[in-house]
Amino acid sequence: MPFETGHGHGCILEILAVDRIRIGNGCGFWGDNLDAPVLLAKQGRLDYLTLEYLAELTMSILALQKQRDPQSGYATDFLDVLERLCPVLQSQPRLKIITNAGGMNPAACAAKARVLLDRAGLKDRIIATVAGDDLLPQLDGLLAAGQTLANLDTGEPLALVGDRVVSANAYLGARPIVAALEAGASIVITGRVADASLTLGPAVYEFDWGWEDWDRLSAGTVAGHLIECGAQATGGLWCNWQDAPDMANVGYPIAEIDRDGTLRITKPPDTGGAVNCETVSEQLLYEVGDPAAYLTPDVIADFTSVVLKQAGRDLVLIEGARGKPATDTYKVSIAYRDGFTSSGTLTILGPDAPAKARLCGEMILQRLRRAGIELAQSNIECLGTGACVPGVISTTETPPEAVLRVSARDPRRSAVERFTKEFAPLVTSGLPGVTGYTTGRPPVREVFAYWPALVAKSAVRPEVRINGRPVTSNDSLKAGRQ
Amino acid sequence: MSPPLKIPLSTIAHGRSGDKGNHANIAIIAYTPMGYAWLRDHLTADAVRDYFAPLRPARVVRYEAANLLALNFVLYDVLAGGASQSLRVDTQGKTLALALLQMPIAPSEKYTAMLRPAEEQP
Repeated sequence: MPFETGHGHGCILEILAVDRIRIGNGCGFWGDNLDAPVLLAKQGRLDYLTLEYLAELTMSILALQKQRDPQSGYATDFLDVLERLCPVLQSQPRLKIITNAGGMNPAACAAKARVLLDRAGLKDRIIATVAGDDLLPQLDGLLAAGQTLANLDTGEPLALVGDRVVSANAYLGARPIVAALEAGASIVITGRVADASLTLGPAVYEFDWGWEDWDRLSAGTVAGHLIECGAQATGGLWCNWQDAPDMANVGYPIAEIDRDGTLRITKPPDTGGAVNCETVSEQLLYEVGDPAAYLTPDVIADFTSVVLKQAGRDLVLIEGARGKPATDTYKVSIAYRDGFTSSGTLTILGPDAPAKARLCGEMILQRLRRAGIELAQSNIECLGTGACVPGVISTTETPPEAVLRVSARDPRRSAVERFTKEFAPLVTSGLPGVTGYTTGRPPVREVFAYWPALVAKSAVRPEVRINGRPVTSNDSLKAGRQ
Repeated sequence: MSPPLKIPLSTIAHGRSGDKGNHANIAIIAYTPMGYAWLRDHLTADAVRDYFAPLRPARVVRYEAANLLALNFVLYDVLAGGASQSLRVDTQGKTLALALLQMPIAPSEKYTAMLRPAEEQP
């Protein structure tokens, strides 16, 4: 580090060019550990804390929330986390937060965040929002203008499900985040942004990397991809889990990025977990298609170009990232209503646990048929017998007990609701050894199916705002800074 | 001659899997360059498709990442609908890597050079 950040050093130091920054990710998805962001910010000597909340289908749930209440539609966990981060922000005035917690409503999220910061005496911290990813209001216009939003997998036109669409969001890139930082933001709250761009944005801002400096954009993208899932880079899910100590206190990942694009993945000292070439390479290939062409809005990153090296305890050096020009499209994640679903479980002790479980499952479906309900789709699983990969792993031994899991999906909510009422009767009219019906009727959930598509970048207008006022374009700001 | 020794794939490699809609990817990473050479020759897209035949993948594509000693497999339409629609307990293919790592293999007598090095930390 050229100087210690986050401990209130004077402004003379601040004008010195920075050659290395530390970006930590304290949240890999909505539902991740609530203490992790605070612990990471306290222990990580961070310049930036990123918090990632949006899985593929989270936006559809947030879209419906916003329909019911115009002041909702964002990841509410973030506000709890931010409140607990306020003391850290007081002692580390330079620490900045980049998060996609804004979901479908970054403005409402920012308004609530403003109240929290003001109450904590942090009135000087600027909050910026990034929006423009929500394409739902302009969907008809886009289709009329020739953006077909055809399904990336099947090629089918969106008209097929058109009236059932509940959300459509473009994955924006790092540019609007950079614009927000250039406008002085300490906290950037975005809607849908490519996960890796949450990390690339600060790197581009700090090092003034060019938007055609593909190798460095690739390096920042590698860093972002590696830390975006939180502890998955630091021991979580690691195949050699026996070698990861104290996983209850697993340290969340930190990407230390150099101006030249060299980076290191590490975690705070005195935390659990592990950072080594195994944990990092497992995560580098997580949810990846062609590793030579990892597409983001900012760059096509080539993961086959990087060299990993253990450079110290819980420290992996990553060099050589290469990138290719980004495409002229944004990926769009569309969700549409697709019926209702539910699944329930019963536990069954042996002998013959799997056979009894399967028969109980059949009884549920038969009783539904007797009531005149033929489900569009159902599935009987016998957990404990390799149900995660049915038919792939076979066992010769009969387990002493098994968990029956029966699932249903149907366009009719009423049919699925009736299905949920067929578990309890098995407690008395089922087979010997049935237990574990203690959680009541399983809940019915609406299904939002996923429709991936592309849209021309020229058809999308990212918006950066501070206190509701638009920030001037990135380019003019950048020109002003030179 | 004795039959070839059968060991699980996890003896010479580790990995991780995840989802992309209704598709899944499985990264299999060798512990040593010799293990990677064996994987490249034997763990073909066809072998992986056959292994997961009960899950009915539409097709399997294999990518190489020699820098990581890794093969990355994309299994198309293998998740019975994917995260929101699938009625399986593993809607997102999270367990596919561990399932593949249980594949019995018969490398060669030299497979000890494919095992995980004892000392990982520098």
